[in-house]
Amino acid sequence: MITLQQGLLLGGILFALSAAGMFLNRKNVLLLLMCIELMLLAVNFNFVTFARHLGDLNGQVFVFFILTVAAAESAIGLAILVVLFRERKSINVETLNTMKG
Amino acid sequence: MSVIDLLFYLFATLLVGSAVGVITARNPVHAVLLLVFAFFNSAIIWMLMEAEFLAIVLVLVYVGAVMVLFLFIVMMLDINVAEMRAGFARYAPFGAIIAILVIAEIASVVTLKSTTVPSIAPEAGVATNNTRALGELLYSQYLYPFELAAVLLLVAIVAAIVLTMRHRTGHKAQDVAAQVAVRAKDRIRIIKMASETKESPSESGGQP
Repeated sequence: MITLQQGLLLGGILFALSAAGMFLNRKNVLLLLMCIELMLLAVNFNFVTFARHLGDLNGQVFVFFILTVAAAESAIGLAILVVLFRERKSINVETLNTMKG
Repeated sequence: MSVIDLLFYLFATLLVGSAVGVITARNPVHAVLLLVFAFFNSAIIWMLMEAEFLAIVLVLVYVGAVMVLFLFIVMMLDINVAEMRAGFARYAPFGAIIAILVIAEIASVVTLKSTTVPSIAPEAGVATNNTRALGELLYSQYLYPFELAAVLLLVAIVAAIVLTMRHRTGHKAQDVAAQVAVRAKDRIRIIKMASETKESPSESGGQP
């Protein structure tokens, strides 16, 4: 049986890798979105591990809701990306400085 | 080491390897395909953790819908890969340091003896119907959040369509509001004018 330590470590490694990916690909919005997907997967790993470890299905219900929200998020994110590319012909983060934020 | 442990380590290795591939891939298409591979591996690991329904949902919804959407967008957009990769080598050590730090911190917390939670998982080998149990929970205790999730998806659909809809000019569509608001006097113009009168019989009715 997979222990709590194994599952949490795998989730942690995935999360750290996706956080590093945000630093590596800091110009490409598309890869940033993919890193967010990977991060959500890491979080889901923790939920599933604890749900298994504690014999409690509520964790799996939360994974279900996270999957729903992540699907909605990526759909809207990609729609914004398409509009952005249509306006600017580029998805480079460094050119997104119209608002001077 | 049991068979499940062996399978777990095998697929965990593949998962971490594909995750490394996602963040270092030169081509965005390769990154998406490696992410699909990562999702497949995590689905298998979730099956080993007896979350069968979520494993299937991950493959169907994530790989089948969301990642295909990503693939569409990657192929649709004409991305200058070389320009996007500029500065990759400069940030690589920083990213590696962040990753190692986070992994070390999580590992130090997770492997502490004092934080060990006793497992109260059901006995291995007991037949449990994961999908049925999850469904019973979703449709009783979590019914209201479940409905809210459905509404959220609807809002997402509408938002995505509205955002990407192109307003073409010159297409022939009905403007219902304009049709309803129309008045008779917009269509017919009644001109008040003096009626024609017979000035003299020789002018109008002269000809036989």
